[in-house]
Amino acid sequence: MTSLSRDDVAKLAGLARIEMSEEELVALSSEFTVILDAVARVQGVASADVAATSHPLPLRNVFRPDVVVPSLSPADALSGAPAQEEQRFRVPQILGEE
Amino acid sequence: MIRNSASDMASKLAAGEITSVELTQAHLDRISDVDKEVHAFLHVDTQGALAQAAAVDAKRKNGEKLAPLAGVPLALKDVMAQKGIPTTCGSKILEGWRPPYDSTVVTNLKNNGIIILGKTNMDEFAMGSSTENSAYGPTHNPWDLTRIPGGSGGGSSAALAAFEAPLAIGTDTGGSIRQPAAVTGTVGVKPTYGGVSRFGLVAFSSSLDQAGPCARTVLDAALLHEAIAGHDPKDSTSINAPVPAVVHAARAGNVKGMKIGVVKELSGDGYQPGVRKRFEESLELLAAAGAEIVEVSAPNFEYALAAYYLIAPSECSSNLARFDAMRYGLRVGDVDGASAESVMNLTREVGFGREVKRRIILGTYALSSGYYDAYYGSAQKVRTLITQDFNKAFEIADVLVSPTCPTTAFKIGEKANDPLAMYLNDIATIPVNMAGIGGMSLPAGLADEDGLPVGFQIMSPVMKDERMYSVGSALEAALLSKWGAPLLSKIPALAGSK
Repeated sequence: MTSLSRDDVAKLAGLARIEMSEEELVALSSEFTVILDAVARVQGVASADVAATSHPLPLRNVFRPDVVVPSLSPADALSGAPAQEEQRFRVPQILGEE
Repeated sequence: MIRNSASDMASKLAAGEITSVELTQAHLDRISDVDKEVHAFLHVDTQGALAQAAAVDAKRKNGEKLAPLAGVPLALKDVMAQKGIPTTCGSKILEGWRPPYDSTVVTNLKNNGIIILGKTNMDEFAMGSSTENSAYGPTHNPWDLTRIPGGSGGGSSAALAAFEAPLAIGTDTGGSIRQPAAVTGTVGVKPTYGGVSRFGLVAFSSSLDQAGPCARTVLDAALLHEAIAGHDPKDSTSINAPVPAVVHAARAGNVKGMKIGVVKELSGDGYQPGVRKRFEESLELLAAAGAEIVEVSAPNFEYALAAYYLIAPSECSSNLARFDAMRYGLRVGDVDGASAESVMNLTREVGFGREVKRRIILGTYALSSGYYDAYYGSAQKVRTLITQDFNKAFEIADVLVSPTCPTTAFKIGEKANDPLAMYLNDIATIPVNMAGIGGMSLPAGLADEDGLPVGFQIMSPVMKDERMYSVGSALEAALLSKWGAPLLSKIPALAGSK
């Protein structure tokens, strides 16, 4: 049986950029024991020579002609921005002070 | 008037017996009368819908050539971007967002003169089978308001069953069009993957997501299918080929000589007796209409659910990374000196609901180094085996059939705390998405034990969508002559505010 500890869930939540309460971490960790048990059924079903399917259509790079077409105006592109400044998205600090 | 089929409404519009403004207003009145009970809609665009209707009426008056469904109203699942209209995906993280562009489905609807009444409720980011995961509260099944209307597209299916709209758009990643159709006694079609553009459809699992038509009759679904389908250069996975002749097939409804394969693995234990009984009866009707019923086996379908709950969360964990609080949507914790990372963490904590977080974490795990091969990689191989099972079955049969869901609609709250029990709802619908083929659900009657609708599922090979319309239309006609009236004529009346 595979299980995920509270600390494992906390690490995954960090990777997924989701803050989580202690209560949520503990609850998810117990739910994952059941869920991972169920999904682990896929292991060992296919032999090594079976190819993986990532997508239902047999497509490789799809190209279109490189033609200039109208795109969103800056005002439209910024219309849903949580914050903006000088016709740009204003975002919180990304790099440290140093 | 609101109880007619969309094609009847279209005929009356064309004959000048009613105007689109009248028809649209009748539906808006119905929504304001009953939607407090049903909660199918998250947003009703009264002015926009009436303006669209007036424009269609003016064109008709001028003698312009109009599309078959011009002037007929429709309900749009809130996962589709519509310019200037709130688009939430049932999530707090997109509350108040108004897209600056139209999805291709919306562009096609507008080009066909179809009137968009508003946006329908759904499980958050289409993750769920009951609409209980909507951040804006559940939708109620018009057959029994204490029960779920299916999901994720429960708002669209409930709107049809409550006569709030004759047409709706859904999206189907693991059954989100077909399962809601089944439990509300309506028709829902998941076209071949790539048959309808995904541009402007907020992505959940890109290799599985497919938009499609929802309606009260097979012909109406076909008319809507043709209106929204076709190649779109804005979606690189859109198939560049003619749209299958689904309207022609639905009008003909001919199954003479067709081989219909019953999937052995999608029946038996776990399927409610009333569901099985209606399914068996439907098979007899199809045989009487001239089809040959054969049994097929798909041994790897038993792993489909497990593979789905690795592939879909994996893709969602990547797709939902775009909700980063930077360019649109909710932003939380943006105080002086806060880092971008802390703003993302806090925003995603508040903005996402429980099931969405559960799936993002599961997907993050399945894709992480050291576990990738065991989980995501194994699931992708199972996907290959499922596709091979379909290919073999389609060598024997023209279409495959099964009950759409193992049970009828369950009670709101009944499975809310048991994710695995909830996932089992989709056991018969998921294989279709894994292989990218077409799938339809249409009503097969009411289960004896609870009097609730049962869905009959038809699956057709890639880009042979017309076959499921042939079979669906033939079965619908046979059932109609047996019942004497459409199934929805039996639906209990809603209280309404009048």
